[in-house]
Parts: sequence; C-alpha cells; structure tokens
Amino acid sequence: MANMAQAIRMALHYGEKNLGVTDVFGEDVGAPLGGVFTATQGLETAWNSPLDERGIISAAIGLGLAGDRCVAEIQFADYIFNTIDLLKIAGNTLWASNGQYNVPIVVMTPVGAGIRGSIYHSHSFDAWATRLPGWKVVLPSTPLDAYGLMISAIQDPNPVLFLKPKALMRVRGDELIPGEPADEKELKAMIDAPIGDRSKWKPRWPELSEFAIPIGKGKLVREGTDITVVSYGRTMPLCVKAAEKMGAQGVSVELIDLRSLYPYDWTMIRESVQKTGRVLFVNEDTEVTNFGEHLAYRVTQELFYELMARPKVLAGKNLPGIGLHPHLEEASVPHLEDIEHAMAEVLAEVP
Amino acid sequence: MAGRTSSSRGMSKTDRATVRKAKVLSGASMKRGARVKAGARDRGLTLLPKAKLLEIMDLMVKSRVLEERLIKVYKTGDAFFWIGGPGEEAFGVSLGMHVDKGHGPAHDFLHLHYRCTPTLIAMGMPMIDSLRLIMNRATDPSTGGRNFANHYCFPKWNVVPVSSPIEVQYGMAVGTGLAQRRRRLAGEKSGVSIITGGDAGTAEGDFASCLIWSSRPGAELPMYITVQNNKWGISTSFDAQHGEKHIADRGKAFGIRTSVVNGNDPVEAYLAIEQDLAYIRKTGRPVLTEFMVSRLYGHSSASGANREAGEDCVETFEKRLVDARMIPATHVKELWQKYDDESRAAAEQVRSEPVPTPESVWEHVYVGSENGDWRKF
Repeated sequence: MANMAQAIRMALHYGEKNLGVTDVFGEDVGAPLGGVFTATQGLETAWNSPLDERGIISAAIGLGLAGDRCVAEIQFADYIFNTIDLLKIAGNTLWASNGQYNVPIVVMTPVGAGIRGSIYHSHSFDAWATRLPGWKVVLPSTPLDAYGLMISAIQDPNPVLFLKPKALMRVRGDELIPGEPADEKELKAMIDAPIGDRSKWKPRWPELSEFAIPIGKGKLVREGTDITVVSYGRTMPLCVKAAEKMGAQGVSVELIDLRSLYPYDWTMIRESVQKTGRVLFVNEDTEVTNFGEHLAYRVTQELFYELMARPKVLAGKNLPGIGLHPHLEEASVPHLEDIEHAMAEVLAEVP
Repeated sequence: MAGRTSSSRGMSKTDRATVRKAKVLSGASMKRGARVKAGARDRGLTLLPKAKLLEIMDLMVKSRVLEERLIKVYKTGDAFFWIGGPGEEAFGVSLGMHVDKGHGPAHDFLHLHYRCTPTLIAMGMPMIDSLRLIMNRATDPSTGGRNFANHYCFPKWNVVPVSSPIEVQYGMAVGTGLAQRRRRLAGEKSGVSIITGGDAGTAEGDFASCLIWSSRPGAELPMYITVQNNKWGISTSFDAQHGEKHIADRGKAFGIRTSVVNGNDPVEAYLAIEQDLAYIRKTGRPVLTEFMVSRLYGHSSASGANREAGEDCVETFEKRLVDARMIPATHVKELWQKYDDESRAAAEQVRSEPVPTPESVWEHVYVGSENGDWRKF
C-alpha cells in the first residue's frame, strides 16, 4: 500500500501524463530532492523554483491565465502567509473579470503539527483557506483520498488548495490505488528515488488509472447513532481511534471525514446530525474563528430543534505557535484523550 | 529629462546605431510651452513617417479626451472613483501600437496597471467601454460593473485583469512568460509578456521577483518589463524614497538589457518600444525599460483629480506637429472636438444602460457559476 507521499506523486504523474499538467514546481520540488516529503520525486514536469513564495504563487496564476495546468507547492504552509493577497487575487480573478478569466491552478502545501516541527513547521491553514472565496479547499487523511482528490483538483477549472497533513505523509493506507502493486516493497522499488546518487535514476511508474474523488463530497468512515464526529486531515485517524475506544464502551459513533473543506458536504453532516442529535467538530487549527465554528454555527442555525446537545468544536489552542518540546505541542493541539473527553462531554449533556 | 541609455548586451550593430540616433535626437523633445522656431527642423519628427506621427497624435488626443471625460463623469456624480493615466499617452499609445493582439500564448500578454487607457485606446478599445467600466454598468465588458475605472480586462487581447494591489502584475507575468517560453522552445509562435507599472510600486518585492524569475540562467523569459516613472507614489515623492539613480539600473545586476527613455516624447518612446520588442521576440530574453512620464491629474479622485503641473506630452507633441507644418492648428481643434463629442455621447448612452442586479453577486464565484454559496451546499 502506498503512503500519502507516494499517492500524491502517482496522482501528479497521472496528471502530467493524462491531464495536461505542464509544471509541478516550488522549492526543492524538482531533482534531486523531489520535495521535502518526496511527493514530487521522478516527475517529468517537476522543477525547482527560486526560494520565493510570492514568485511561486504569482507564476502559478500567470500559468493559469495562459491556459497551462500547473501544480505549485509552498514547502510548508507556515511560509504561505506572505502570499495571502495573491491567493485572494487567484480566488477573485474569475469573479472580478465577470467570468472571463479562470485560474485553473493547484497549490499544495503541508499543514499541521505532529512532526515536532516547532513554530514554523506546524501551522495549520484550513481556517485561512476557507476565507479565500473562489478557491476550493481539500485536506485528505488517507493515501487513496489524496490520490483521488489530487486528480479532481487538477481537473477542476478553479483554483484548488490541496492541503497535505504532513504528519500523515508517511502513513500507509489500507486501500489500493487503482494500478498500484499490492506489495509496498515493489512499489518502493519502482517509484522511490534511491539514497545517494540519483542522477541516472528514473522511476518505473505503475499503470495507473483515473480515480477521481469529487470535491465537495465527504466520506462516512463509520456509521453510528449516538454522536456525529466531523474531522479531516491529521486529526481524522485520532478520531477513528477515539471512536473505536468509545465503541468498546458501547457508544455508537458516526464518523465523517469531510475531505473537502470548501465546498463541503453539508448533506452528509445534516443527515448524520439529524440522526444522532449530537455533534463534535475536530481539527487542529487555532480555535478562534476556526472553520469548525462555521460548521457548528450552521448546525445551530439549521438543526437547532433537532439537537440533543450543544455542538462542540475541539481545535488547537489560540496560541502564537506550536512549541518544540512534546509537552508544548501536545498541550496545543487536540490529541486522542482530548477527543475522547470532548465526545464524552457532548454525550453527557442532557437536553 | 533623461535620454535613452542602454546596455549593449545582445544588441546588433543596427540596434545600437538606432539607439544612438534616437538618443541624440531626443534633445528635440519639447518641454511644456517650448516652441520650435518657425522653419527650424524638428529632427525627431523625421524618424517616423508622417502618417504614423499623425496616427500617434490622433490616439493621444483620443485617450486624453477620454480620461478627461472620465474625470468629468466622476465629478458630476456618475462614478464613485476615478484613477487613470493622463500624462502617460506618449508611452501608452506607443506601447499599444506595438502589441501583437490576440488570445493565448501565441500573442502578447498585457499585465497592465491602472493608468493604461492610452494603451487600450491604441489597441482599439471603444471609448464607451471605458465609460461603462467607470460607471459600473452591467454592460461593462471588463468587469460587469464590479471594479474601478481603468481596471480593464479583455481576454480577446490577452489583457488580464488589472488589479488595485500594486506590482502583483510583475510576478504574474512570469507565469505567462513561462508559458510563452515553452511554446517558443517547441518552435511554436509565441508572444511577449508585457508589464506596465509605476515607480513607487517597484519597492514591492514582486518587482524583485520579476527580475529574478525572468533572468534565471538558461531559462530567461520573453518579458517586456516596463516602469512608468512619474516620480510619485500617491503623495510620496520618488526622490525621497529611492536611492538608485534609475530604477532600470536594477536590471543590470541580472544581466537584463535596460534603458531609460523619455516617455513624454512619443517618437522616442515609439522607437524604444519597437526596438525592445524586436529584441525580445528575437532572443526570448527580458528587457527592463523605464519611461519617464508625467502625472497630470494627481493619483486619483482621492486627491481631487485636478490638473497639476508637469510636462504635457499631448500638448507638446501637438505643438511640434503644428510648428513643423504637419498638421494645421485648426485640424487639431477639430480632433479634440470630435473626440469630445464622441465621449459625451458615449457617457449619455451609458447613463441609460442597465446596472448589475443584486442577485448577480453569486455569478462567477466558480467557473460555470457553480454554486459558491455555502447556504446552498
């Protein structure tokens, strides 16, 4: 089974071979490194850019205006903040031109904590991203979803932010990507660059097929009747574990992997909350003006009289950064016990 | 006013000779109020055919009249805001006359700033479309009533949307330049990515990005990087903020061909643009040219949009042509009157045209007006 870095790499390869991707670029994206998480190793269209985030986003917009298809990378989301106005422009160009110029670009960037990345390799970007009208925003939690969402992002005529949960980049999935060999060692031998001299190395790509996950569609990870938990990205596997532990105690948890943050699958959330009457939103971005707050607001507005408990948002503390020491990181972002406690609180509430 | 100076990298002998000639003759450009003695020969006017000079004159007057009409429209309450380019006609018209117009990377891309009316007029934009823009009508072909005056967008000519944030166009042009370089290397027809912008904006990092990305060794881009130096950034003077003698000098560090041109002299500007674009089309390498221009009505309506001091390139050129007996003074008056009548009639028509509907705010959030309203997810 592929890990997420391999899955993204294979999707980009499929994109450059079949979907017209002309450029995959950013800092250390091309040879020899192929990306700091190896997600762009061996790609024919990958190239290294100057270490200039504004230049990367600007160039991507220009490529999109020219009708070419690119996937640009900001090496860590922590370094995307000086491009905010350019992201605004990419998102408003179609609207400002009254429908005349679209910007069909994909920008991918690793997000979140979990790798002891300290203050500038741990930022989340989902709340910021969902405040960029005109963009679509995805954040997968499994390799297969990463593959399918990247295919959809490339095909989409609008700008798409592909947020990569960096702590999950090395985690293998339990679903095969269509065309990948089942043996992970075989896959590694085919598409992972060797250690050392790579100057003569070329990948042997598997015969991949198109597998697109529609943007805007969530995934019902686990069916349940007592409480709905909605998450995405790095906190998703934690929610799965929490649901399993709660399940052992007789609690039936319905678990939704949102996958797409904008547009999002309201139908799936609504139907689930109407069934359970209780909902917890979990993510690791800072808690004030958090995206989960928008979802909780909507649940409150539209499903108020069907609720058995107040909707709850569990998110990162509203701190200036993620500290390096594990004590600091764990006190800053949700971990397994926090999720269990939050679920217990929602379940304990009596209407 | 600075004459054209240039590094000689990549220039042919013919190029260098022409530049030297233009530089020498640039002394013929006129300051406001200057006159050529009766019978004296204005040698600058010998560098272009008479028909071309008159065409330039016509377009410069048309652009000026339009800009002054836009200001009147603002001052009579028919628009919320004016910003534009009176004072940049000599440069802007000359640029517009050299554009390879069309859609897609085979043609020139235009990444313009908000003083670009002269360029658009020279490219053939009807006056009325500028009025529709400033009067935010649904009929506005650039934005459908969504954006300010001079924030044009014409995909049929690769005029990508002009935006209010200054200098971002310098970075975005790198992307269209990359697309054009790709086609050039493939042996396909490809155009040039042309950028215009002000002197104050060059303080932004995007200007440095443009110089760096356009001149990467072995990956140079076909980009025409121009700066219109009117010596002002809103109320802040160039001299108080810039230690460099010429903005164009910054390109030299990157091996980019650079020059400084009297942008108030349409002949000098026309020839410089012609040579610059020929060089880029031939070599695929970038050029940085700084055009010294005037800002005749201040920054925008925010500063009053009133006439200010400064060399008036339209007035100067008009006098040169009249004094050289290339055009009778009466014809010049008729020209102004003709375009004044056209602009007035256009403004009248636009007043009766439909405005955007409130419901239209959700149109074009996504391609095909795919729903972008979360209430309907």
